[in-house]
Amino acid sequence: MGIFQSFVLAIKSLLNNKMRAFLTMLGIIIGVGSVILIMSLGNGVTNEVNNAFESMGARTITVTLTGRGSTRTFSEEDMFECIEKNRSTIPAFSPEVSVSMVSVRPKGWNENLSTKVTGVGEEYLDVKSYDVEKGRFFTYVDCAARQKVCFVGAYLDSTEVYGGNALGNTIKINGEAYTIVGVCSEITDATSDTGSDNFVYVPYTTAMRKLTRTSTVSTYSLVAADDDSVQPAKQILTNALYKAYEDENAYSILALADIMDIATGVMDTMVIVIACIAGISLLVGGIGIMNIMLVSVTERTREIGIRKALGAKRADIKIQFVIEAMTTSVIGGILGIVVGVVGAQNVGPMLEINAVPSIGSVALSVGISVFIGVLFGYLPAKKASELNPIDALRYE
Amino acid sequence: MAATAVETQAECPAADEKGALMDGLIVFDHIYKIYQMGDTEVRAADDISFSIKEGEFVAIVGQSGSGKSTCMNIIGALDVPTDGNYYLGGIDVSTMNDNRLATIRNEMLGFIFQQYNLIPKLTVLENVELPLLYAGYSKKDRRKMALAALDRVGLSEKAKNLPSQLSGGQQQRVSIARALAGNPSVILADEPTGALDSRTGREVLEFLQKLHAEGNTIVLITHDNSIAVKAERIIRLQDGKVVYDGPSNAPEALVNPDIPIELQKNDGAEKGGEDK
Repeated sequence: MGIFQSFVLAIKSLLNNKMRAFLTMLGIIIGVGSVILIMSLGNGVTNEVNNAFESMGARTITVTLTGRGSTRTFSEEDMFECIEKNRSTIPAFSPEVSVSMVSVRPKGWNENLSTKVTGVGEEYLDVKSYDVEKGRFFTYVDCAARQKVCFVGAYLDSTEVYGGNALGNTIKINGEAYTIVGVCSEITDATSDTGSDNFVYVPYTTAMRKLTRTSTVSTYSLVAADDDSVQPAKQILTNALYKAYEDENAYSILALADIMDIATGVMDTMVIVIACIAGISLLVGGIGIMNIMLVSVTERTREIGIRKALGAKRADIKIQFVIEAMTTSVIGGILGIVVGVVGAQNVGPMLEINAVPSIGSVALSVGISVFIGVLFGYLPAKKASELNPIDALRYE
Repeated sequence: MAATAVETQAECPAADEKGALMDGLIVFDHIYKIYQMGDTEVRAADDISFSIKEGEFVAIVGQSGSGKSTCMNIIGALDVPTDGNYYLGGIDVSTMNDNRLATIRNEMLGFIFQQYNLIPKLTVLENVELPLLYAGYSKKDRRKMALAALDRVGLSEKAKNLPSQLSGGQQQRVSIARALAGNPSVILADEPTGALDSRTGREVLEFLQKLHAEGNTIVLITHDNSIAVKAERIIRLQDGKVVYDGPSNAPEALVNPDIPIELQKNDGAEKGGEDK
């Protein structure tokens, strides 16, 4: 007997008992649906985390020098020399001087502006992959001469602050006037004062002299040429820094890509754990199928007897019942996919997550439901196939 | 399936040695069927031997407990004997496993049951197609053969109906069509009129006689003498033994089985007689 014939028989038998078939499928529907929903949400969150990292520059490497307990130093010149030899791996680098506790007041304002001031080098825009919208970025001369110039994010040029006329204006930082020589192009949202478009860059030399009053640069931002260069770049830096300090604790080299890997790894693990919990309902659904199949075998004992008397072999009967169980679970699986995808599309926006059902999770669910059908259909099918035709024919 | 037949035939050259007994389509050679019920041993078939030739119409008659159901199960390849050999078309069926028995049932036997045993959720046509399905015929051939069989019983216009939409007599005719569909060597009818009123029962019997006239081998199992006489030969069983084997029109054939009788040998009848 053909597989197709068995499939037709299975569909008929399910249609004969619609309510029972639906209730049997319910376990699979809920199981598959929740697995897909959770995996979709997980995908969405992972994508969002990834995007966040990407926008921060996944290829960015941050070097922090603490020089702890060491009299050795690693100057800007040393860093420059190191990078200059490896431009193909590390195309751009810049000192980064975080400035805190300063007042920033745009010209003509009565109150301070809440923003972030950072001292940076002339390659900083290349490190960040930002573009100049208006004016220019810092030059080597700006840094060398400790010019009181600044480069601002798109928010400061927006209507709320300078009304598009920031370029050429001055801004007061700790009471001293800095000329705005350039405006950055919009990164995420120029109208938001909390986003990444609200910043003021000054030459790092100026920042160290005027704002932080430090003499050495302790933080550098570097960028690797591409995703595959991140690890070689780290190695280059490690070699150079270890040579200088001979102490692994005197510096730290952190690649965003590493953090991203850790974060996605944690997310993935969480999603898998939750999906496994949802998967337990698949197991319960499978047991439901087995239960109903056992009932069905008992109910159809006489039919099995007739079929065997007419020449059905054990394998014929077995295939018929396995296919019936499989059909139940696959139809349940398909309905579950619909429930999961529709659910993801509705729950996602509620949680402000772009929940994307992946082909993988759908394929996995279908695979699991087929597997459950075969697994839990096999025992009842085996029982049916081993019925003695004489007893089965006599069964009332 | 052909390979199975060849192979089994090859393994019973002994058949020739048994001589005349082997000269039949259905051969029971000292068949025993013994059940153990607790401490007591029940001999449902106690050294039964007979031979049925191709084209015969034989009734196996007996009261309940006489062993006729056991006989029918063994003839129908639904069961195997405890001891002895059963040859169907020269093939030794008595030692076959489940799957080979299924093949034998499918290819060589057509069953007609007392309760019709149609599958209620399949249409009449699908029911008739069932044995052909397991024989591996294509959908087209199945349809053609099943319709032809339904035509023979005069029910081709009911092909799309469900069995429940038919009368008892019609349902039994459907089951006859199902038995005929695969052109089996033997048609095995187990109390075919048991669930029918006397008129439709008579029709069914007449139909069996017609099939016999067309050259089919028919084995009818019944407890009812008035039905058994419709066959041309009667094998009467009592307590698992053959107590009469001869033509249905002989006076001894209808002897009340409750009264002990001398075992009648009737050599003038069919060649099937006892050889002890």
